[in-house]
Amino acid sequence: MDLRKNFFSRRGIWIYLLAFAPFVLITLHAIIDRSEMNSPMSAMHNDTEILAGIFQFFYLRFAIFFGCLGIFTWLFRGEVIEKSLHYYFLAPVKREVLLLGKFVGGVVTSVTLFGLGVLACFSVMYAHFGPAGQFYVFSGPGMGQLLAYLGITALACIGYGSIFLMLSLLIRNPIIPAAIVLGWETFSPVLPSLVQRFSVTYYLKQLCPVSIPLDGLMALFTVVSEPVSTFAAILGPIVLASLVLVLACKFVRRFEISYAAE
Amino acid sequence: MSTVLGDREQVTGKREQPESIVSTASISSTQAAPLDNRIVLQNVSKFYGEVLGVNRVNLSIPPGVTGLVGPNGSGKTTLMNLMTGLIRPTQGCVSVLGIPPDRPEELFRKVGYCAQFDSFPKGVTGFSFVYNTLRLHELDDHESVRLTLEALGRVSMTEAANRKVAGYSKGMRQRIRLAQAIAHHPTVLILDEPLNGLDPMARAESLELFQALGKEGLHVIISSHILHEVDKMSDQVILMSSGYVVAEGQIHAVRTEVKEHPMQILVRCSDPNLLASRVFAQDHVVEAKLVDDRKGVLVRTRDADAFYLLLNQLVVKDNISLETVAPADDDVNSVYQYLIGSENKTI
Repeated sequence: MDLRKNFFSRRGIWIYLLAFAPFVLITLHAIIDRSEMNSPMSAMHNDTEILAGIFQFFYLRFAIFFGCLGIFTWLFRGEVIEKSLHYYFLAPVKREVLLLGKFVGGVVTSVTLFGLGVLACFSVMYAHFGPAGQFYVFSGPGMGQLLAYLGITALACIGYGSIFLMLSLLIRNPIIPAAIVLGWETFSPVLPSLVQRFSVTYYLKQLCPVSIPLDGLMALFTVVSEPVSTFAAILGPIVLASLVLVLACKFVRRFEISYAAE
Repeated sequence: MSTVLGDREQVTGKREQPESIVSTASISSTQAAPLDNRIVLQNVSKFYGEVLGVNRVNLSIPPGVTGLVGPNGSGKTTLMNLMTGLIRPTQGCVSVLGIPPDRPEELFRKVGYCAQFDSFPKGVTGFSFVYNTLRLHELDDHESVRLTLEALGRVSMTEAANRKVAGYSKGMRQRIRLAQAIAHHPTVLILDEPLNGLDPMARAESLELFQALGKEGLHVIISSHILHEVDKMSDQVILMSSGYVVAEGQIHAVRTEVKEHPMQILVRCSDPNLLASRVFAQDHVVEAKLVDDRKGVLVRTRDADAFYLLLNQLVVKDNISLETVAPADDDVNSVYQYLIGSENKTI
């Protein structure tokens, strides 16, 4: 039921746009670039960095963040606004199970949408290089990069999703707390590394397969001052999400239906 | 019997199985509903911030049809939401058949709730609305389909089942919500104004359904503003006003306890003038009025039993032929007016 609502709802069209907007731009770039290409290898190197930039700055810090905000806050808050949440609470299912079921539904939706978006961007970016592009993807580092991007997408959806789900249980209008979370995610690099571990992007930017050479203030978004191991970087968002979901389960048990207040 | 709650007096009429008998060893268990076959609210209060929802409610509701009556804002919906765990009490505790509402995995196998909210998940048809609910009860596809069709049939919604709920009339939406509440054959059925929006035929069918369910031993709790319908279908009533339970029990027993208002008894007989003059001589008779067609007397008495005894004597002594003898205010409407009507002019 939830998957159908998440995927085929008119109010979710903007999430599709977020997921596939870079695909449209990269397609245009590929069409234009194909006619002007002189040195494929140097162009592929540039495009690899461009793709890395699109992923780290657009997908990770903007599209997935706001897409998960839209998907996960609507899981409960949307049911309250549509006055249909009581049907779920009147089912012989523990509320914690209900919450986890909705969370899984949200993760499947967000990972599918943004995963497909990343896959589409990746495919178009290298497809116009012809055999050189195929070699890079299937025999070179390309496939590893793609799998890394997809894995980071999944971890981002899990991390952000759990936070937004809990915020929607606590606060009637989660937009302001979401703005606070966005600020936290953006500026946490200037904080001590122990505090940074409570940020989703702290772990995820370490997993990005292609580093982007940036100087000055922009380096805050890509450089990690005290990196952790790859295993810890993968486990970090999962542990963070688990802790948040445990808290969310406690809150959902005490959640009261009060549509009039909405 | 009456108890004082703050500055409100709660009238408790005698029930068919008074709680004082429950503990008597000689009474078989079938004669008195044990506590795990009751809906119990113990000293329950609910405040929405500073606004009172319900205050110090003590109820023990046995099986049968219980009518929940009161004006808007009296706390009926709050009470129902407390029973189903949709809201939590500020103090006190609730248990439904011995199960607290914070165990939904047990509770909602036995409870069906048709809430007052006229809203549905987006895009559902009538069939899928009921079917999806049954799937949440861990029923397989075949059983869910069977029960869905059965529930739709009981509320006469089979033909419209495959249309989107968004295109239903108000009455159809009400019936589909009722189907969803009864589909899993609950032991307790809680219905918040289930007759709203129904045409007279549908109302009559629904009333029959509720009475049949009550006779099967289910707990059926119905809130309604239509007092004569509550009278017709209820075994016992709970009257609420401003968050307090004002009276509860069988309506006749509740009426007997309302001593500030003398009982009204209509006697149609062959010589109403003679009867009126005889009865008015009694101390317990407050008023004896001839009815408009002059074929009967409306008597107001503080002691109905004494009046009936007197009537027997007069009939024999004065050779009066009786046509009918019936209480004129032994119904929900009258009790409502006596206990609540003076505070709230309209429901």
